[in-house]
Amino acid sequence: MNQQFIIFFKALLGSCKDLLPIVIVIAFFQFVVLQQPMPNVGDIFIGLLLVVLGLTFFIYGLEMGLFPIGESMAKAFARKGSISWLLTFAFCLGFGTTVAEPSLIAVAREAATVAASGGIIAATEVAQNEYANGLRYTVAFAVGLAIVIGVLRIIRGWPIQYLILGGYALVVIMTAFAPSWIIGIAYDSGGVTTSTITVPLVTALGVGLASSIKGRNPMIDGFGLIAFASLTPMIFVMAYGMVLS
Amino acid sequence: MELLIEFFETLKSTVVDVLPILSIILVFQLLVIRRPIPHIKQVGFGFLYVLIGLALFLLGLEKALFPLGKMMAEQLTAPAFINPSALAEEAINWTHYTWVYVFAAAIGFSTTIAEPSLIAVALKAEEVSGGGIKANSLRIAVAIGVAIGIALGSYRIVVGHPIHYYIICGYILVVIQTFFCPKMIVPLAYDSGGVTTSTVTVPLVAALGLGLASTIPGRSPLIDGFGLIAFASLFPIIAVMAYAQITQIKTKTN
Repeated sequence: MNQQFIIFFKALLGSCKDLLPIVIVIAFFQFVVLQQPMPNVGDIFIGLLLVVLGLTFFIYGLEMGLFPIGESMAKAFARKGSISWLLTFAFCLGFGTTVAEPSLIAVAREAATVAASGGIIAATEVAQNEYANGLRYTVAFAVGLAIVIGVLRIIRGWPIQYLILGGYALVVIMTAFAPSWIIGIAYDSGGVTTSTITVPLVTALGVGLASSIKGRNPMIDGFGLIAFASLTPMIFVMAYGMVLS
Repeated sequence: MELLIEFFETLKSTVVDVLPILSIILVFQLLVIRRPIPHIKQVGFGFLYVLIGLALFLLGLEKALFPLGKMMAEQLTAPAFINPSALAEEAINWTHYTWVYVFAAAIGFSTTIAEPSLIAVALKAEEVSGGGIKANSLRIAVAIGVAIGIALGSYRIVVGHPIHYYIICGYILVVIQTFFCPKMIVPLAYDSGGVTTSTVTVPLVAALGLGLASTIPGRSPLIDGFGLIAFASLFPIIAVMAYAQITQIKTKTN
């Protein structure tokens, strides 16, 4: 019990250190640059306490739950030897975690407002919802496909740079042809798809796969799934914009 | 008491967000793999801790950091702060925004250090590389990348250049670096672009972009407000590869 407590306390201290830069930045700008008093000091103190506690619990649970489950599933699939089931799982994981992602929903809604004010779609509730949902499913499909390609790459041992750099080349080419109102949204959609729970899970899956397949190096082959998941949404969202216009 | 109610509400929405992932895992585990989950009790508690941790984390951010950070972004971009002499005839030029760039870089760096998904990937990288890559060095490299990215992205909004010139130049740099940096770091560097922008960074950065775009004449918040996140995902790739290159050069000269 005592040992547990010491481990927890150390983790708590680590979280405090992680948070220290934000506190310094905020305090510096509030007092030195904007020269204003700190509002609601009590609220802020409680909030910071919650953030530190939350981060500690999250990292604790990460090592206990998320990493082990990701790796154990990767190993089980590798032992089973069925590539089609593994790829189905990969697609479901990518699609399922993205379609309900709150930050994606928020960005899609904002994008619909942009499109309506730009006269791309009708400025009605129905048209905007339809557009936002279309965007959401496009991105979710893109992420599902990304994890499939990424898993296939781990199995086959393809070098990552050709795939990713090829993807970038496609993004650059499509930028020249895609309507200008979609470009900013498309570029941003790559960043918003990967949530706090998906990232550890997908990373553990990749590393687990690479370490249970013979001839794969977990460092070189295991990482890279998230890179695919941030690349394909850009391509698909631009394609979505091109189809609409 | 009120705090407790808020906590349970946040916890509920976190659980709802995690439900799709959880059901996919369970369906595949039970129907396809058909084996009991190893150490199921420990994994179950792990998930519970992750959920509670995330709920506390989000609630704390909502209570303390987001309102303050968003207010700062608004105040720093407000014309009254940018140009206190308030002469309408005097055009505001990009040098008036120095504090905005400093704020952008500082907030980009500090929020990235606290980003939970980056912590996860950094821990995994340290474990897999057998300590060859230090989790903290990786996080600092990524945070420097985000800082440069967001500062440059803010500059772009101020001067109004088209976004794709910047992004394409960044890509070209990534291509060149890919050929010269150690092969071990390449996949991790590519990944680090995607992990930087989640819970902590996005809301604050979005507020900054929106604040800038809505106060600068000729910018539309809806069009120019987008794009900062793209900068924050591109520059960490460059920074992580640069970190590996610098380490390589150092060991060679020694």
